[in-house]
Amino acid sequence: MKTNLTVNGQQVQIDVEPRVTLLDALRDELGLKGTHAGCEHGVCGACTVEIDGEAVRSCLILGVQCDGTEVTTIEGVAPAPGEMDIIQDSFCATHGLQCGYCTPGMILAAKTLLAENRDPSDEEIREAISGNICRCTGYGQIVEAVRLAARRLRESNAAAVEAGQ
Amino acid sequence: MKAAPFNYLRPASVTEACEALADDAEARVLAGGQTLVPMLAMRLARPSLLVDITRLDELGAIEDSGEGIAIGAAVRQAVALRSDLIAREVPLLAAALPNVGHPPTRARGTVGGSVAHGDPSAEIALAATILDARIVFLADGEEEVITPEDFFIGPTVTMAPMGGLLTRVIFPKRPSGRVGAGFREVASRRSDYAFASAGAQVVLDADGKCIEALLGIGAVGDVPVAVDVSSLAGTGLGEKDVQDAVEAALEDLECVEDLHATASYRRRAAARLAGQALEDARVAAMGEAA
Repeated sequence: MKTNLTVNGQQVQIDVEPRVTLLDALRDELGLKGTHAGCEHGVCGACTVEIDGEAVRSCLILGVQCDGTEVTTIEGVAPAPGEMDIIQDSFCATHGLQCGYCTPGMILAAKTLLAENRDPSDEEIREAISGNICRCTGYGQIVEAVRLAARRLRESNAAAVEAGQ
Repeated sequence: MKAAPFNYLRPASVTEACEALADDAEARVLAGGQTLVPMLAMRLARPSLLVDITRLDELGAIEDSGEGIAIGAAVRQAVALRSDLIAREVPLLAAALPNVGHPPTRARGTVGGSVAHGDPSAEIALAATILDARIVFLADGEEEVITPEDFFIGPTVTMAPMGGLLTRVIFPKRPSGRVGAGFREVASRRSDYAFASAGAQVVLDADGKCIEALLGIGAVGDVPVAVDVSSLAGTGLGEKDVQDAVEAALEDLECVEDLHATASYRRRAAARLAGQALEDARVAAMGEAA
């Protein structure tokens, strides 16, 4: 089935069987391997992407369901090739990753949270990443990373401009 | 973990969806897919056709239908969680929703899909059972209205009419008076499938005395159950009142045993969670103006 969607700002057409998940379409049709295949049945959160601004598990949605939607993957988070965005950089600064397998999903989940809430409590951060499994860090540094990213976003010029200050 | 092949249809209307479901006994409704897609991946479900109702505007509303708050089959859990109407009129459902899955699954999962699936640990199904909601199907051009007690008959086994489409779930509006709700569960990870869950709603009079108390237990048996705690009426919902009422109410509670928890653990957890949910409900009701 031919399906038109926007991935990381670019309009693309995929031609996939209905049974192909968005996860497999992104990885195998579009070559975007940054979205990780973990459990492939909705438990681990490694495949989290944003669809129309909301964090969603790409293994739990079919590619054909994404017709007309805007998808953001980890490849679309950074402002330019070779750069990192504030959330990614905060994960590095706090050592919020080790093997890196869960990291794209964690970052997309954090991105959705921080778009809605620039000053989340630790409880809210934990809720936002509650569906994402990390087997390395013990989560403490991930929470720290999201907290740091939130602070940087609040204090950044971009945030001030957006808020009309 | 790849699904077997199936066809996919995104109908333009409820009528078209119903026709497709009536024509093919192996067709399944795709509402949010947060349970169905894993079942496809594990090949526990092998439908011939998926009928995707997620974009049907006819099924996308949360409205006050007079008799209750009607939640359309395509309403996502995240939308229901943000709904002021639900928060105001169906406080028990509002208390249950944060326990349903995780933010990324609530973004796609639907209220109707959770009910239709009939998982005994589903929080929405428990809230529907406690409040005696109405589950509305459209089958053969006729509306069929089913009570939760009749609908849930076993783990993921329901009385859904063959070829029918769940169109909405109607939750009764809160009674008058000071109403509070509580919802508690225990799971291996926050918001995973619960081993035991309890939901409660109480109505208090101006002095804080209980006028009505509702309690239900999920995840311990084959179906969510509403239990009788009417003996709490007239009490101040003190610790001893609640403990006695819960003990009596759960006397015949059937609990299952599996890899995650023994039957006796589930029974003890259910009693403890029931007490906590009733206390949460009492505190919430006390916060309402007399």
